[in-house]
Amino acid sequence: MTQPRPLVSARSVGVYRGGRWLIHDVSLEVHAGEVVTVVGPNGAGKSTLLKTLLGLRRPDAGNVIRAPGLRIGYVPPADPVQFDLPLTVRRLMTLTSHRPAETTTEALRETGADHLSNSQVNELSHGEFQRVMLARALSRNPDLLVMDEPLRGVDFSSEADMYQLITEIVEHRGCAALMTSHDLHYVMSRTDQVVCLNGTVRCMGAPEDTVDHPEFHQLFGTRAEAYRHVRHQCHGESTET
Amino acid sequence: MLDDFFFRALFATLAVALVAGPTGCVILWQRKAYFGDTMAHSALLGVVLGVILGLNPEAGVFGVAFLVAVAVVALQRVSRLAGDTILGVLAHSTLAIGLVAMALTENYQQYELTAYLFGDVLAVGREDLILIGSGALFGLAMLAAIWRSLVAATLHEGLAAAEGAKPLRNQLIYMALVAAVVAVGMQVVGALLVVALMIVPAAAARTLAHTPEQMALIAILFATLSGVLGLYGSLWLDTPAGPSIVTAAAFIFLGCLVFDAAAQQLSRSRGVRRSVAHAPEDDA
Repeated sequence: MTQPRPLVSARSVGVYRGGRWLIHDVSLEVHAGEVVTVVGPNGAGKSTLLKTLLGLRRPDAGNVIRAPGLRIGYVPPADPVQFDLPLTVRRLMTLTSHRPAETTTEALRETGADHLSNSQVNELSHGEFQRVMLARALSRNPDLLVMDEPLRGVDFSSEADMYQLITEIVEHRGCAALMTSHDLHYVMSRTDQVVCLNGTVRCMGAPEDTVDHPEFHQLFGTRAEAYRHVRHQCHGESTET
Repeated sequence: MLDDFFFRALFATLAVALVAGPTGCVILWQRKAYFGDTMAHSALLGVVLGVILGLNPEAGVFGVAFLVAVAVVALQRVSRLAGDTILGVLAHSTLAIGLVAMALTENYQQYELTAYLFGDVLAVGREDLILIGSGALFGLAMLAAIWRSLVAATLHEGLAAAEGAKPLRNQLIYMALVAAVVAVGMQVVGALLVVALMIVPAAAARTLAHTPEQMALIAILFATLSGVLGLYGSLWLDTPAGPSIVTAAAFIFLGCLVFDAAAQQLSRSRGVRRSVAHAPEDDA
């Protein structure tokens, strides 16, 4: 294996809170240009894992290594109403670092949110908010895009658009992406590596391999069956990537 | 000009208002109004400790208020009690202990209790001015240095930390600033009203601002305006200076509230007309 150094890697990471291990013995790597999706039921520790990889939580076991100088764009799990101060979208774009106006406008255009730049953040809908947050992360020109539930609060009819947008952005920019998701179909068709998490990594690998894994079925039950059914039916098209 | 007690008072008030405005904005954003109050309640204890240790009272107030702030944050992390329970216990305990400590010291008469509680800005001396003025400039410089990360961490601590801000360090600097405003502002409006000098102008600014920076600047404007109106008003009506300043701030707040309600009503009726004219695009 002559793989280049991963952007971020976890080795046997465990996080212990409130008398139990939220996650334990988790090892994974994200390499440049790779799309890694963490799937798992509620309480599986998906957010905890992401926070630990970002350095927001110190692991109680194992360690996390981020490549030096790594630029991270983070789309945190948040709601527009949480942003309860006078804040225009334009100002949100320069929240953690100064960006030239062209860069932020370009990023907003990329996510289809450029018409919102003078809006107040706490008055956005969930869908608009997620687009703006995504643009904000992109305006930092990240090596790694970390998205915790990027479809949080987005209504069902807009989900496909949002996934399509994320796919286009990642392909176009060539940045790595690490996200949590609940949409198995999207995950299976657009991800390089799937990590099934439930306290610890239950199975991991390319989507084609994961879908036949017994642990995957245990986690997702009938939905996994349904997915396998669909995949076998339209084989040629959906397993291209 | 500085030989005149009134202009010394005006200068001191404006210097404090300069820092109190933006500091108050962050207090509101972080929902820390009672947190600031708790720090202010510990001021008397700070005065006594400052005098006992042979420092000036302001240094004692600054030290104790900062320690109380750190204690609150630490207790909120460790304890199972609700945040505002901890604030309530600490605020009133430190106030009571301060009063008891004051009574236990040798020459109890040296303390002018009402001056500490309600301010005595007309007694500000020339030497005080140098300290207050340079302190205000230093405070503003510190605030400017951490401003972007402080606003970011106020909005979303995880986001700020993930992208390189240092939330804990900035929060400590910020709490030290609040402690400093409490210590110096105590002279102007007194320990009981010092938090008002921070949050009332900021609350008024909230109704007009579109960005954090606008709110901070408008808060400075309103705080200084309150200072000027309050001091001149106290001269004219022969009322105590500190409460007059806060009263002026309260009226500005009220004015903004009415103005904001009227503006919203107006834009709503306009919006109705516009949406009838052509249907709005809604991609939510």
